[in-house]
Amino acid sequence: MRGWQVIKKGLAIKKGLAILIVGLFCLAPLPASAVAVDDRPLPDAAQEARARLIMAGIRCLVCQNQSIEDSNAPLARDLRVLVRQQVAAGKNREEIEAFLVSRYGDWVLMSPPFNPRTLILWLFPPGLLLGALVFLWYRSRQTPQARPRPLDASEQARLDAILSGATSDRDADRGEQNR
Amino acid sequence: MRPILWVPLLLFAALVMALTIGLFLKPREIPSAMIAQPVPAFDLPPLWMSGEGLQSSDLAKGEAVLLNVFASWCAPCRIEHPFLMELADEGIPLYGLNYKDKPEDALAFLGELGNPYRRIGADRDGRVGIDFGVYGVPETYVINGQGQIAYKHIGPILPQNQDQLRQAIKKAAQESPANEKASE
Repeated sequence: MRGWQVIKKGLAIKKGLAILIVGLFCLAPLPASAVAVDDRPLPDAAQEARARLIMAGIRCLVCQNQSIEDSNAPLARDLRVLVRQQVAAGKNREEIEAFLVSRYGDWVLMSPPFNPRTLILWLFPPGLLLGALVFLWYRSRQTPQARPRPLDASEQARLDAILSGATSDRDADRGEQNR
Repeated sequence: MRPILWVPLLLFAALVMALTIGLFLKPREIPSAMIAQPVPAFDLPPLWMSGEGLQSSDLAKGEAVLLNVFASWCAPCRIEHPFLMELADEGIPLYGLNYKDKPEDALAFLGELGNPYRRIGADRDGRVGIDFGVYGVPETYVINGQGQIAYKHIGPILPQNQDQLRQAIKKAAQESPANEKASE
């Protein structure tokens, strides 16, 4: 009984720890995105949310692997101001992204667009998968599973003898060696 | 050896080659989307009260020009400055875009090192810089006589970049109507 209680208590601690960890993970993204955005948000919450969404998809060209939403670079700040202005002016995401691409190229978008220059990038992984599947299918057709040869009369007799227990395993081994 | 057994080795060799090429690419140098595009429309105030500012029309007067993006806070700008002075002495039209700088600092910078620019526009908030696709200072644009951006150099113009820039200027000058008239 005591042992069971110890286990139960241990489980309760684990459960509490799990809740704590999950809670921490839920909290973690909040301060991270709040730190870099030092400039003034738009007064309209819906517009600000749209602006933030667009910012998250625009690459900071100075720090390269951060979006302008979470970069502290001065250029990222300027681009945030620009995105907010454009959102406030009623521009949609496509228009704002098109403007930035016309200035900085496709690279300014965090996820590369699908166009002739990015064909290899987008088509290589599914192409590789497809190629591998075709290869496997082709191979499986070329070498059908080898069927075991049916036993001849003497082998069948030996097998019957082993199964009926008339010969010991050692005899069977010896028979194998003799072959 | 069956020929098919060479396939993995060849694939591996191709991968090694692709990665080796990748090692020598410069991810910091983003190819400009503005090449062959007309200069964006802008009208910037001067650095000092009495001077003239810089407008897009100044860059499309029928001859090839250089537009140099500089700032007093930009250390690499000091490296390329003597070369800019040299170009100005040779009579190459050079214009300045003073990027996100305090006018008094910019004036002190030019007072110390010399002013190679025919005109300077003060881009206090960096908005015109964004229109040009500036993402680091210094940057130098070669603009042909039609006011199209022909070439862009990112970062300071180091001795090993000077020839390439001169060639780009020469090429842009050949594309310019003013030069065509002169050669006729």
